[in-house]
Amino acid sequence: MTVPSAAWTLAAGDELKAPDIEYSQLLPTLIVLGAAAVGIVVEAFLPRRSRYVTQVVLSLVALAAAFAAVIGLAAGGSATSDAQIAGMGAIAVDGPALFLQGTILLVALVSVFVFAERRLEPVAHGAPVDSFAAQPASVPGGEGEQQATKAGWTTTEVFPLLLFAVGGMMIFPAANDLLTLFIALEVFSLPLYMLCALARRRRLLSQEAAVKYFLLGAFSSAFLLFGTALLYGYAGTVNYSGIARVISSADTTTDPVLADTMGNDALLLIGGAMVIMGLLFKVGAVPFHMWTPDVYQGAPTPVTGFMAAATKVAAFGALLRLLYVVLPGLRWDWRPVMWGVAILTMLAGAIVAITQTDIKRLLAYSSIAHAGFLLAGVIATSEDGVSSVLFYLGAYSFVTLGAFAVVTLVRDAGGEATHLSKWAGLGRRSPLLAAVFAVFLLAFAGIPLTSGFAGKFAVFKAAAEGGAGALVVVGVIASAIAAFFYLRVIVLMFFSEPQPDGPSVAVPSAMTTSAIAIGVAVTLVLGVAPQYFLDLAGHAGVFVR
Amino acid sequence: MESLIGLLVGAPLLGAAVLLCGGRRLDRAGHWLASVLAGASFVLGAVLFFDMLGKDGEHRALHSHLYSWVPVEGFQADVAFQLDQLSMTFVLLITGVGTLIHIYSIGYMEHDERRRRFFGFLNLFLAAMLLLVLADNFLLLYVGWEGVGLASYLLIGFWQHKPSAAAAAKKAFLVNRVGDAGLAIAIFLMFTTFGTFAFAPVLSSATDASEGKLTAIGLMLLLAACGKSAQVPLQSWLGDAMEGPTPVSALIHAATMVTAGVYLITRSGAIFNAAPDAQTAVVVVGAVTLIFGAIVGCAKDDIKKALAGSTMSQIGYMILAAGLGPIGYAFAIMHLVTHGFFKAGLFLGAGSVMHGMNDEVDMRKYGGLRKYMPVTFVTFGLGYLAIIGFPGLSGFFSKDQIIEAAFAKGGTQGWILGTVALIGAAITAYYMTRVMVLTFFGEKRWEPDENGNEPHPHESPSVMTIPMIVLAFGSVFAGGLFKAGDSFVHWLEPVTQHSHGDSPVSAATVTTGTVVALLLGVGAAWLQYGRRPVPRTAPRGSLLTRAARRDLLQDDVNHAAFVTGGSYLTRSLVYVDHKLVDGLVNGTAATFGGLSGRLRRLQNGFARSYAVSMFGGAAVLIAATLLMRAV
Repeated sequence: MTVPSAAWTLAAGDELKAPDIEYSQLLPTLIVLGAAAVGIVVEAFLPRRSRYVTQVVLSLVALAAAFAAVIGLAAGGSATSDAQIAGMGAIAVDGPALFLQGTILLVALVSVFVFAERRLEPVAHGAPVDSFAAQPASVPGGEGEQQATKAGWTTTEVFPLLLFAVGGMMIFPAANDLLTLFIALEVFSLPLYMLCALARRRRLLSQEAAVKYFLLGAFSSAFLLFGTALLYGYAGTVNYSGIARVISSADTTTDPVLADTMGNDALLLIGGAMVIMGLLFKVGAVPFHMWTPDVYQGAPTPVTGFMAAATKVAAFGALLRLLYVVLPGLRWDWRPVMWGVAILTMLAGAIVAITQTDIKRLLAYSSIAHAGFLLAGVIATSEDGVSSVLFYLGAYSFVTLGAFAVVTLVRDAGGEATHLSKWAGLGRRSPLLAAVFAVFLLAFAGIPLTSGFAGKFAVFKAAAEGGAGALVVVGVIASAIAAFFYLRVIVLMFFSEPQPDGPSVAVPSAMTTSAIAIGVAVTLVLGVAPQYFLDLAGHAGVFVR
Repeated sequence: MESLIGLLVGAPLLGAAVLLCGGRRLDRAGHWLASVLAGASFVLGAVLFFDMLGKDGEHRALHSHLYSWVPVEGFQADVAFQLDQLSMTFVLLITGVGTLIHIYSIGYMEHDERRRRFFGFLNLFLAAMLLLVLADNFLLLYVGWEGVGLASYLLIGFWQHKPSAAAAAKKAFLVNRVGDAGLAIAIFLMFTTFGTFAFAPVLSSATDASEGKLTAIGLMLLLAACGKSAQVPLQSWLGDAMEGPTPVSALIHAATMVTAGVYLITRSGAIFNAAPDAQTAVVVVGAVTLIFGAIVGCAKDDIKKALAGSTMSQIGYMILAAGLGPIGYAFAIMHLVTHGFFKAGLFLGAGSVMHGMNDEVDMRKYGGLRKYMPVTFVTFGLGYLAIIGFPGLSGFFSKDQIIEAAFAKGGTQGWILGTVALIGAAITAYYMTRVMVLTFFGEKRWEPDENGNEPHPHESPSVMTIPMIVLAFGSVFAGGLFKAGDSFVHWLEPVTQHSHGDSPVSAATVTTGTVVALLLGVGAAWLQYGRRPVPRTAPRGSLLTRAARRDLLQDDVNHAAFVTGGSYLTRSLVYVDHKLVDGLVNGTAATFGGLSGRLRRLQNGFARSYAVSMFGGAAVLIAATLLMRAV
């Protein structure tokens, strides 16, 4: 890949070599993307009534098979001793990649349960329906929508869309060159934009969210792509280790075509900053976070849960690889800047959340604050930093999934009752559900015996040992501020009088129930006995170069 | 044999668990289960005792390691038992008297609807007390120490519907906390000094530590003993503790738990032997309490409170003896055992009287009861003779020995202590004769109450009288048995050591002195109460009498010294909390709230604004990165 200039000046005598693809190493991703393609075919050819079951089964089987493949690769040593770079240098198969892919697959698996829930919405004209629009293409409130609703249609396309997004997310943290990174970004972003627009209720809000997400996402993609171009100009390659070699001056061969730009530090710094910015947008770091509350609020809640959990995993994975593999030589340049971003993110997320009145927006700001805590671990620039971030991501994603799954259950006549005032006294009427939600909130707040504490402790410890003590202090202050609004919700649920016209808690099918149960179980197990998983993340903490 | 030690504690613990968790199903059989388990514990104790007798003196101690509780490097806390002669003595006393009192309670608590719970607490107490005396280290002893405190709290407040009982339980608990803190600190000090808190290493290396440290440990242990054994200055809770059911007063607040302080000091003898200053403090506490309790006992008209004053005073004797060092340890424990018999017997007798008198406790409303309850009269009378030290009975031997040992302390100190002990003996004879005369002799003084119910004094059922008879036997014969050939001293010698000391006065002189003191006391009381009619309402009395009726102003002193200051402190802390801390907290909250409100306005919903923010952010990011390189 280091001879791009030769690509369009192939001499007549040169043999065109077929690329070498290690299919077995890429199996997890291929399964997911393959199943997504099959899902599209299902949409095209199967009658409408049998699509739902087919899609759900197909998605679950594909995700489970992909997870099994990840386990198989890890057991075969790909995570540790036998890590390698596959696909002509495009994709790394190493510990962090496999750990994150496994996490994303589990998150997606649980998300499918929530996506497939059909008990919450009232039965429309004899057909059970889910949280997604009857016919997304119809105008909200228009005649087409009414007809589609009457016919009992549902958007089963969400399942292939989910699978495409998962495929992209799996490539994202494994991408080993900047172009693969960009492609993966688009592969998972475009389905997410669409998923955001598919809410059955409050469709205008949903569509507005999708458009905003798309516009701002495209904007940030442009930065990432521009940054990629600048880095290519600097290094003459888009390959991660290739760029790293040029930065560390291990590779001094100059490409004659790029003689003017190669080795120009301004290109490196500006390009690096732009690529980082593209990733910071995806993790929702300040000041690139503003899409988060609007999109989280507008998107259908199952999608919000999936997006909040899985996107964060994928994007932090990519950020870690970029900073640890490509830019370690630039550590002294990016670390202070990331310090600032982390502090801003932690504080802004925690402070603005205080005055939120909508539970989904509250969780959005909470996710921003958590992005800040994760950045603290990223800045540690040590092996412990990587493994602590990996652990934190696993812990956090299940808490998030569970919390949003609970949000789908609290409903009144207008659908989900997301305004906080409606949650008053919930603990009196539905003590079990309120207790479960309280567990998630305590985990968000980082109270001991929940996974949130173990994760936060690991991240802060790594950051402190990595010389970012001041950052830890700010992190702890932000945690204290954040604890206020988490506990406020608990107080509201348990110690306020219920409203007379308050929402009721819908009785879900076994699918949402099991999604929430898994969330609680993971939260408590990782909180009470985190050591095994910390060790697992510790073993997976080395990037292949 | 070692494995039986665990069962000793396990049997009553099982009983407590079953009775307290079992629910109403056990209401009908619970008291039998509890009594059988207490009895089983006693039988186990007896088996172990006879096994122990079969070995020679130096090799009698048994050790049993149950499990490691907190195994951390440098901090080894084990659940392990040690059964030596000292522990054995306590085991037999606790399980023996305990079983008798369980049986007595079957009759006494017959009409109480919460009887099952009562027996559950009694079993819990037995388990905790056995743990206390069987532990082989101070930490496990502390567990038992707190356990008996808990059981005591629960049982004093057993009739929780009475505010006075609830308040008494709380008072006992709070005062005991002071002593418990002392024990905790003593254990901390031991750990920092010796690196362990197991008996064997601490006591064997006690002489290696500096005297200052040993004195500190000793004083803290003394504080603990003062709390648990109701010694001055932590004596105030014992009188109120009589709010509990009478069997509880007999078992916990006379025979066993309150003697835990004596056990603690005797057990830690090696520490006190090497810390003369701490020892002096012990004898001072003992001597002061001895007189203090006796004076209070003289003025009380409530039969149980008079006996409580007496308990305080008698434990004063024991503490005094324990403070004398090797010349006194064996006698402290000997008096402890004989006291266990006669004081438990006296309390059970008092309970029997109350049982027959509609729960009346004022002795001025008794009189002439000997005709109505002959068994109670005889057993109570034998206990009375034992406690005042009538020659030949238990109390005579054990108290005589302590007085002798006090003189043997030597020097001025010996004279002072011996004289105080003699005066105490005279006062003991006085107040006990007063109790005896007011209750059983003279004219009947009871009258119908406002509802017209006149008490019909009657003898108690045999389930109550039999334990009293058994205890009376102990009151009569135990002392002689122990004294014969100094058998008790030889029994304990391997554990506590023993030396005779040089008494400046001969044994015969001391005995004569005690008998004279006894006659003086009995005579004075007879003159005052036996020869003329006793008024139903107490006369105003002298200043000292009035002070003694108020427990020598102990509560007033505590109130002035601690409660007033304490409430000022809390009030000022609350003020600071409200004004300063809350102000800061609320101010901080308001600041962040305001900031939040302002920041959220940036989130205006327009994609264009968001894009501008992103663009600005990117520009700053790039500029900052470049700047970092520049500097």
